Amino acid sequence: MQHVITIQDFSRDEIDRILDRASELEPVAHTGSSDALSGRILATLFYEPSTRTRLSFDVAMKRLGGDVIDLGAIETSSAVKGENLADTISVISGYADAIVLRHPKEGAARMASEFSSVPVINAGDGAGQHPTQTLLDLYTIRKEGKLNKAKIALVGDLKYSRTVHSLAHALSLYDAEIYLVSPDQLKMPDLMKGGLIESGTEIVETADIDDVIDVVDVLYLTRIQKERFPDLSEYQSVVGSYKITKETLKDVKDNLIIMHPLPRENEIDPEVDASRHAIYFRQSFYGVPVRMAILSMVMG
Amino acid sequence: MKPKPDGHNDRELRVKRITNGTVIDHITAGQALNVLRILGIMDRLEEVVSVVMNVSDRKKDIVKIEGRELKPEEVDKIALISPDATINIIRDYEVVEKHRVILPSRIEGVVRCINPNCITNTDEPVKPKFVISRGERVELHCMYCGRVIADRIADFLI
Ligand SMILES: Nc1ncnc2c1ncn2[C@@H]1O[C@H](COP(=O)(O)OP(=O)(O)OP(=O)(O)O)[C@@H](O)[C@H]1O
Ligand SMILES: [Mg+2]
Ligand SMILES: [Zn+2]
Repeated sequence: MQHVITIQDFSRDEIDRILDRASELEPVAHTGSSDALSGRILATLFYEPSTRTRLSFDVAMKRLGGDVIDLGAIETSSAVKGENLADTISVISGYADAIVLRHPKEGAARMASEFSSVPVINAGDGAGQHPTQTLLDLYTIRKEGKLNKAKIALVGDLKYSRTVHSLAHALSLYDAEIYLVSPDQLKMPDLMKGGLIESGTEIVETADIDDVIDVVDVLYLTRIQKERFPDLSEYQSVVGSYKITKETLKDVKDNLIIMHPLPRENEIDPEVDASRHAIYFRQSFYGVPVRMAILSMVMG
Repeated sequence: MKPKPDGHNDRELRVKRITNGTVIDHITAGQALNVLRILGIMDRLEEVVSVVMNVSDRKKDIVKIEGRELKPEEVDKIALISPDATINIIRDYEVVEKHRVILPSRIEGVVRCINPNCITNTDEPVKPKFVISRGERVELHCMYCGRVIADRIADFLI
């Protein structure tokens, strides 16, 4: 039985296989339907709010001909009435063929996999892991640009963003050159940088996006959250200096792609949406074929 | 039991020899009190114990306990905070057995996770598990949340 808990559990070959499968399934994700998982039931357990991830799992399962059950409103479900996660998982894994879990505690998905008789897919555990986001990011880079030896700038909150941490690890499997662009307060933790360097990844660190924007193939932006700053003026000056506008993109490479895990706050001016570099909405859509690939892999 | 600031190196000699018991030698300097904590000696002073801290020629601590041999769980915990320690069994004043502690590659239910938001720090029926690695220092990697404990491991012993 295969669980999907962290991206670190996957080798480059295994990731490639998932991305290949996603590519085969992409036409179905657009408009089609398939009966690959007909008669199968997916349980989605979201203990934290989520729109995109939850919906795209829902759609992915339905496009493959399967059914979805969920916890219902968290307020009325037994979870909040005091049942622990382990018991909930033991029960739900008797009802469904796979479980998608989002939970506020780090390590929740790993624990769930120990209590589950069916595959568990981690859809985010606290500040921890969100492997399906990483896989869809990789798929996007591969599809819209090139994944192997990509020159990619990770921009914004490199300290707290789980998306960035998992992605950076995965990119190291593909010999990427990684540009870390963040304000001082939000730099990537040393331990993580050390891991990347040990794996042979080339890293450049800077606080100034202008240093790198014209040399990279991929600009991966993250949300910069107000809560991370002691005061509003500091936040505003940081956000202002990283904001992508038409003007910022004046001299970028022709084939530059701009990605963002969404939702965005003020990192990208809406005027950029029409630019050919802006692919973040397609990136979001790619969550569907990638999750289809994952669902068919674990239940296939 | 603080080492004297003037740094005599005859401190070992000033401790009375034990008849039967255990000498824990080559403890990482500064960890002797944590070893006592592991042995539960901090709260109940039944045994006759002597502690030599910061032995000045080679930086190490030593703990000597009269009339007691250690349990395997205790030795495993000592290994986490002091991976080069040796356990010397004394009978009739002589060292009759000596072995180095062995750092396990995994532990379960011995240390709690440093991450307050880790699933193992909730009411869930799960014991904290760590994978252990040793480079310059001992590192415990939480198998659930991935966080690493390296400093002050003793503070997280259960
Ligand atoms: N009867 C005793 N009472 C108290 N301490 C003792 C007694 N016998 C030995 N020791 C101490 O136990 C430790 C181990 O003794 P041992 O004679 O094996 O020393 P060693 O040859 O220096 O060993 P090692 O190579 O492990 O450092 C030393 O710190 C020694 O001082
Ligand atoms: Mg000696
Ligand atoms: Zn943990």
